[in-house]
Amino acid sequence: MSAVRTFPSGVHPHDEKSWTAGKAVQTILPKAGSEMVFPMSQHIGAPCEPLVAVGDKVLLGQKIGDSEKFVTSPVHSSVSGAVTAIRKAETPSGTSCQAVVIENDGQDQGVKPKDDKLQSLPDKAEILRRIREAGVVGLGGAGFPTHIKLSPPPEKKIDTLIVNAAECEPYLTTDHRVMLEMPDRMISGFKIILSLFPGAKGYIAIEINKPEAIEKITKLVEKESNIEVVSLKTKYPQGAEKQLIYACTHREVPSGGLPADIGCLVDNVDTVVAIQRAVLKERPLIRRIITVSGGAAANPGNYKVRIGMKYSDMMEAIGGFKSDPYKLISGGPMMGVALFTLDIPVIKTSSSLLCFTEEEGKLPEERNCIRCGKCVDHCPMRLMPLDLNQYVIHNEMDSFVANHGLDCIECGTCSYVCPAKRYLAQSIRTARKEMLARRK
Amino acid sequence: MRLVVTSTPHTRSKDTIEQTMREVLLALAPATIMAVYYFGLRALLIILLTMAASVAFEWLYQKITKQTITALDGSAAVTGVLLAFNLPVSSPFWMPIVGSFFAIVIAKQLFGGLGQNFLNPALAARAFLMAAYTPLMASRFTAPARNLFSLSVDAVSVATPLTQMRESPFIPAAGDILNAFLGNTAGCLGETCALALIIGGVYLLIRRIITWHIPVVYTATVFLLSVFLGRSGLMTGNGLFEIFSGGVMMGAFFMVTDYATSPVNDLGKIIMALGCGVLTVVIRFYGGYPEGVSYSILLMNLFVPLLDKYCAPRVFGVKKKGGAQNA
Repeated sequence: MSAVRTFPSGVHPHDEKSWTAGKAVQTILPKAGSEMVFPMSQHIGAPCEPLVAVGDKVLLGQKIGDSEKFVTSPVHSSVSGAVTAIRKAETPSGTSCQAVVIENDGQDQGVKPKDDKLQSLPDKAEILRRIREAGVVGLGGAGFPTHIKLSPPPEKKIDTLIVNAAECEPYLTTDHRVMLEMPDRMISGFKIILSLFPGAKGYIAIEINKPEAIEKITKLVEKESNIEVVSLKTKYPQGAEKQLIYACTHREVPSGGLPADIGCLVDNVDTVVAIQRAVLKERPLIRRIITVSGGAAANPGNYKVRIGMKYSDMMEAIGGFKSDPYKLISGGPMMGVALFTLDIPVIKTSSSLLCFTEEEGKLPEERNCIRCGKCVDHCPMRLMPLDLNQYVIHNEMDSFVANHGLDCIECGTCSYVCPAKRYLAQSIRTARKEMLARRK
Repeated sequence: MRLVVTSTPHTRSKDTIEQTMREVLLALAPATIMAVYYFGLRALLIILLTMAASVAFEWLYQKITKQTITALDGSAAVTGVLLAFNLPVSSPFWMPIVGSFFAIVIAKQLFGGLGQNFLNPALAARAFLMAAYTPLMASRFTAPARNLFSLSVDAVSVATPLTQMRESPFIPAAGDILNAFLGNTAGCLGETCALALIIGGVYLLIRRIITWHIPVVYTATVFLLSVFLGRSGLMTGNGLFEIFSGGVMMGAFFMVTDYATSPVNDLGKIIMALGCGVLTVVIRFYGGYPEGVSYSILLMNLFVPLLDKYCAPRVFGVKKKGGAQNA
């Protein structure tokens, strides 16, 4: 194993992983008769059109939404049952879109799964087709359709593939559990995507706070000459794509560019497992492993949940709350979305549900900037958050852009370290959204 | 279920302004103790009076202007102690009060309060007192009496080592350097004991309140330039004597490093410290005052916005050296 690698700057938040790191993944099944909600947009790109109508009978694993557009990803039913409605629904990302609502009949009647024992890998086009048809998207949170990511334009020569197993967000432990419980699937999935880029070097990048996972995976890839396990320093945001690539390769994704511009592709642990299932078994993406954690959760743990199951049903199935939650977060505490209701479904990109007590979730008041420079010291993009914050406050958007406000990765490090508790990341994010929208 | 919804991040570090200021006050404790040891309880009285007056003026100003009261966040207290450290022990008791008014109301609050002032408040007040009450500030230094309970002022004024040096340059003996290091010399309350200031400064470094850039570059610049230029010709200077005398150590750890009035990025800090060092030596050797620390810092304070702008780090993924830009 080589030396521990990392990127400059960043922070060391309390990792809070001990709540769930030791908890094996438990499968939660939706109850018969429960309502399952499948938003037609669980990815970046064009939303799907429903392929079913109210009253239709659907099978487990049946495609219920797809689109003709190029950047898109189909949606499948994770249960068998009947379509009861097609309506607007809220998603954990804080948006709303059209959704297919299915009443679960509890039978799990499925499309017959294909033979597990595939003798040799299908050709490249077939691999990509299977990944697309299975609805695989980036499960790390962004939700970019994987088949598109894996087919970069020919002039972009990909020589490095990275499995993002940093899991740098506090509380989250799903990638950790996947690596411990199904390392073969992850490695097999990784080999599939490596086969798409002959000659490319593969890295599996894991933070050193998961020593068992590093040990296990290292042993399993010992004989693979083109796969290397990289130990990463435990530091936030180590799992941010640009910082991860830098740690592994010392290359910088150019401002405004994509990893493919410097010959790199990054996929999350769970995405790689989904690729394995999609290509070898032609199984669609219908489940998601979720960490439920925080002081208000009765049974913190890692749960395998059907996509489409409502958070409220999931919480009921795992024992609900210990105390009234003060704040609920879909995703990690640094970048996750605060929820205003549990009446929303688990989607492809859901990674966790954090149930915070007031003590954990109460945020302090904003004060005067004391110019301590901590935000500048810690910013992984080497921005000057205190200045960007002032540009936003004074509505000097030209200065905001000229000083690389759009390069912000919204990791929240600046707000985290600020002793004056200024809403740095919050203001920068708002301005970024606005400026990016204006550019379109 | 009543849920709170906010933007990310949903968690924060434990650092607060109060905590930061408490650390600075703690770092100033060794120098305070040494000030009392050398100059007696009168020194403590002046320090407490300046602190109290600074906090009171901040409170009053915020009350009158109907702002949120943050006078107890510790920043005014730090300014108070630093101002007191810049006064001679013989100062009449009204001086800390006038000084605090200038520091807090004129230099800090009128420019927007915490973090918004462009001049170091304690040094601005010192400069004001120096200009307005020159005899009281500049020529009433007394030798350390080491008489703890004496509140009265020794009638005999003595020259500070830097004044002596200025009037007739001498080659400092080992004893002179040791006295400067330990603070056993005439001078302002808190600046004489280099050792105590270094202890406090190292504490700030360990607690990551400040970074190494300013103390190291500033001290090294004063040291090297003093040796090179020399008081009696090139290469005749004594670097150790120069950095342990006067306000260099207080400047290096507590004054140049003032958050509001120093650059936020590393290169800016280095240039700022370099500029302060050069100016300190130039004023000491060729200027009209025996000591140049405070004016060097006040002058360099004016460059902070420029340093912030042109020393911005290269943004990740951006090829050319960026620097802040105006569109």
